[in-house]
This record gives sequence, C-alpha cells and structure tokens, in this order.
Amino acid sequence: MNRLLKNREILLTVIIALMIAGFSTRAQGFAAPGNLANIFNDTSILIILALGQMTVILTKSIDLSVAANLAFTGMAVAMTNAAYPDLPLALLIVMAIGIGAFLGAINGYLVWALRIPPIVVTLGTLTIYRGMAFVLSGGGWVNAHQMGPTFLNVPRLPVLGLPILSWIAILIVLGAWFVLTRLPFGRAAYASGGNPTAAIYAGIDIGWTKFIAFVVSGALAGLSGYLWVSRYAVAYVDIAAGFELDTVAACVIGGISIAGGIGSVGGAVLGALFLGVIKNALPVIGISPFAQMAISGIVIVLAVVFNARAERKAGRIILRDRGAKEVSA
Amino acid sequence: MSDVVSSKRVIPDRLGSKTSRLLASWEVLLFGVAVLIFVFNSFASPYFLNAWNLSDATFNFTEKAMIAFAMALLVIAGEIDLSVAAIIALASTAMGAAAQAGIGTPGLVAIGIGTGLFCGAFNGLLVAGLKLPSIVVTIGTMSLFRGISYIVLGDQAYGKYPASFAYFGQGYVAWVFSFEFLLFLVFAAAFGILLHATNFGRQVYVIGNNEFAARFSGIPVERVKFILFLLTGVMAGVASVCLTSRLGSTRPSIAQGWELEVVTMVVLGGVSILGGAGTIAGVVIAAFVMGLVTFGLGLLNVPGIVMSIFVGLLLIITIAIPIIARRIKEMS
Repeated sequence: MNRLLKNREILLTVIIALMIAGFSTRAQGFAAPGNLANIFNDTSILIILALGQMTVILTKSIDLSVAANLAFTGMAVAMTNAAYPDLPLALLIVMAIGIGAFLGAINGYLVWALRIPPIVVTLGTLTIYRGMAFVLSGGGWVNAHQMGPTFLNVPRLPVLGLPILSWIAILIVLGAWFVLTRLPFGRAAYASGGNPTAAIYAGIDIGWTKFIAFVVSGALAGLSGYLWVSRYAVAYVDIAAGFELDTVAACVIGGISIAGGIGSVGGAVLGALFLGVIKNALPVIGISPFAQMAISGIVIVLAVVFNARAERKAGRIILRDRGAKEVSA
Repeated sequence: MSDVVSSKRVIPDRLGSKTSRLLASWEVLLFGVAVLIFVFNSFASPYFLNAWNLSDATFNFTEKAMIAFAMALLVIAGEIDLSVAAIIALASTAMGAAAQAGIGTPGLVAIGIGTGLFCGAFNGLLVAGLKLPSIVVTIGTMSLFRGISYIVLGDQAYGKYPASFAYFGQGYVAWVFSFEFLLFLVFAAAFGILLHATNFGRQVYVIGNNEFAARFSGIPVERVKFILFLLTGVMAGVASVCLTSRLGSTRPSIAQGWELEVVTMVVLGGVSILGGAGTIAGVVIAAFVMGLVTFGLGLLNVPGIVMSIFVGLLLIITIAIPIIARRIKEMS
C-alpha cells in the first residue's frame, strides 16, 4: 500500500479519477465519455508541449521559450496558408516542425556550445521569438476566413471516435515513451541529468544530449504552433502567452524532477491531464475562470513539496562532481 | 544544483595588474556600452538630449532596478525569485482594495510594502525552510500571487487613489530629479553597502560560491536565504507602491513580464546566474543601459514588443561575448 502511494502515476490517476467523480456530482455528465474525450482533446497541445519540456528538464535544463516558439511558428504557418492557399497541408506541417526545431536548435546551440545556463538562454529567446512573431505579422491577426478549410479542419476530423488532434497527442505520447525508454538518446537524457559525472565517465556527450533535447522540444512546440492556430482558428502575437509555465507545471505535477534525471512519460501526461481537468471543471462547477491561475499556483507549490519528499536521496555521492563543474563552468 | 560540491571558479596563481583588471572588468565594459548607446541616441533622435526627456527615461528602469538590487543578492546566493512581478500585482491589488475602503496614503504604503514582505516570507519559507528549488517554487507562487489578484479583480480595475498617493511615482524632489530616481539612488547605495561592506554581504558570496563550505564555516545558510527572499519581497512591495502611484490604477495584469526584465537587468549587470559573483555597481549600470535602449528606441517609434527583441538579444550577447572571448584567448 505504501509503495502504491509512492508511485506517482497511480497516485495521480486516482486523484484525477476522484476529481472527475467529485465534479460529476456537481455537474451531470461531467464524467460522460464524450466529455472526457473533449477534455483530452482540449489538453492535447499541453500534453505535447509537456513531453518536450520533460525531455529538456530530464537533462537538467529548462525551456521557457516553448510558448513563444509556438506563437512564432503558428503565425508563420497561418500566414503562409493565408498567402498560398494551394500549398498542401503536409508541407505546412513539415514547415511548422522545421521552424520549431530550428528555433529549438538555437536554444540548444547556445546551451551546448557556449554553455550559457538554459534558463538565461530561454528567457532571452522567449522575448526574441515572440518579438519576431510581431515583426513577422506587423501586429496583425490571421483570422479564420483567411485560413483554408483543410488547414482548419484536419485536426478536428473524427477518426474512430476521437479527433485527429487527440490521435496526434496519443502518437506523440507513444513516441516519447519509445524514445525515452528504448533508445540510446533516452538513456543519455536520463543519465546526463541524473548524474552528469557518471554520464561523462560512461562516454555520454552531455552537451550534445542537451542540444538534441532542445531540438525535440522546439520541434514539438512548432507542431503545437500549427495545432493551436488551427484549433482556435486565429493567429496573433500573444497566443499561448504564459503557456510555458503550464508546461513546467504539468511536468512538476507529474513528478519530473526539476534537478533532472527523474520522471516518466506517464507522469508528464497525467500532470497535463490534471491541469486540463481542473481547467475544464472550473466553469462547470461555477468557479470563476479567474481562479484558475491561483489554483494552478497552489497545485505547483504542493507538487514541488511533494516531489522533494519523494526525491530525498539516501546514501552519498562517492565520485567527485567533476562533470558538474564542466557543465556549469 | 545542490550536488555541486566543488567551487565554481578557478582562481589563477597570479592576478593581472590593478589597471588591466579594472579595464577588463565587466562594469567598465558595460559603462562603455552605456556611453555608446547614449552617444548613438543623441545622434539618432533630436529629442533625446533634453533634461526632461532624460528624466522621463529614468522611469523606464527605476522601479525594475529597485527589485534588481535585491534580486542581485538573491542570484549571487544561488537562488532566484521569478514571482516579483506577481508580488507587485498582489501588493497593488491590496493597496487598491484599501484605497477603495478609504485608507489614507501612509496606510496604503504600509499595506503595499507589508504585502511584499508577506509574499517574500512565503517564498523564503518554502525555499529556505523546506529546502525546495527556488525556480519552481517561485514559478508556482508567481501563478498564485497573480492568481489572487485575478480572483479579487477579475476584469475590473481599482482607480480611486488619494491625491497625495501620487507623489511616489509622479513627484519631483528638485528640478528634473524625480522622487523615484532619488529612491533608486538611495537603494543602490544601501544595497551596495549591504553586499560589499558588511558581513552579511560576504556570507551571500560564500553561499553562492560554495554552499557546502559556507555551512562548514558556520554561516546560517537558511537564515541568510530567508532574509534575501524577505528583502526581495519588500523591494517588490516598494516598486509596487511606486508603479501604482505612477499609473494611478491597478489591473491584475500590472507589471506583467517584469520578472524577466529584472532578471535580464541582473544578469546584464554581470551577476553570475550560477551564483557567487557580481556587483551592485554592475546592476546600476545595467539599469541605465536598459533604460537608455528602451527610451532611445521609443523615441525612434519602435514598438514595445520589438524593443523586447533588443532586450533579449542584449541579454544573450552580453553573456556570450565574454565566453567567446575566453575561448579565443584559450586557443591562442
């Protein structure tokens, strides 16, 4: 029983189930399958971004530029679609992923080659990318009527009862699980965050691993840029402002350690769903949507307290921390 | 972060001569940049070299700089507070509510600073008391503090402040020197003394350089960190009084995104984000640099969001240059 309580995924699942049950006593039909599918669809973009964020956090870094990246990429694809309605959607999606990955690569390069702390790099690029979205659009909006029908409709098409947007999220969850637990990159990511010294001794290139993590996070942010613009059918400079904090929050709630090296894909997904359920439930149970920010704040603080208790290390570090010196110098 | 036991810096056997060290120092370099920007702005816009315009320009940075002084100490000690802008919002909301209830100016100031103190204590308790990582804690409290403002205000605004309250953000002490600018100078001096001339300041450096050694030297690490969070909260409260008084109204989105600008100012001032190094003089010059850049661009009709590109570039480039320079030096 004690071990069950310590398992973050099970605990979160139980909490989310209890929340849904609780909300459905106040609002009939909250727990209906259709509504749950809606909540999942609504949370899809957060799940995708949280998985990118998680990859970065695993390597002892943080990417605060994801929302700005999303805004820039979203604007870029929306404007391209408005200007050249004949371009196939697949090309636009490739373009979104490409731009996102490139912006992520800039972050990654600065962290890898110049060894600037990730928080400083992404604080800087956060303002730069969003500013670039403004320069690109001239402050203008791209509205629904300027976007092509395929561009808008594809993520909404239902396949086997779920919209394609949800399926994309599911595919990315499976992909992230495969990459992080079955591929060398996943091992390297966990190792370079969990114990940089040991990782260096084991022949893992920490800088390269971080670079790839930022590229992955950027690519997912780029994809989310298209999904966001298509889902809300509008693109403007301030879309998803502050959303980077939600992605960090989803990770922290999901038990991903901000110090790196600890966390699971399931945790990040459940962390995102936790926020998604709260966000969808507030209006249903008659709490002002203005309360959402304070509630996420309390949840983040509680999750951090909880994580710290779970992570308290037993034993001592025997090897001297030479790797850490190299990383932070 | 806490696993890092070894010291973060290698101290060379022989230091260079005093003049060469001074010339190569970050503060001198930054001062040069400030002068360059000043000269450039004077040529770029005919409205720049005007005592009143320059006085107006100081409002671009005085409030942020007041927080940056306290934040500098916090960053030197190896922590960070991303909730400062949210503290401004909460303190402003508290003052707004009090003003609606008819409380006078002294009471409002006390409430504003008191709210800051309380928020700082809350952060300090979580970070120093429960030993949690400050970056996530303050991301959480940032959401919490501003969230409370949103619950209280929603889409409304407070606007009825007493007339005498306007002095803090709009008053002038003498000629073009505003009350805020005076406050900025006083706090710069106070934090300079605190960091560079007191035992407490020494302890801040030691904690940032090597927390492990600090503990062995008998420095009350937790207490120092707690005090630093309190100071940061109080300075955010002071900044909130100034900003609210200057704007004369409170919305929950007040000072949105300021935490980034404050951190940029601190890092631009040469404070190491890894802790253990930095000076108040650097932060003061960085405040002027950022103020001059944004003001100069404003005179050239550059929109605010494009200015933020320059601020972001400034942050990354100023950090990258010394690193690249050191790389080149090592190669030769």
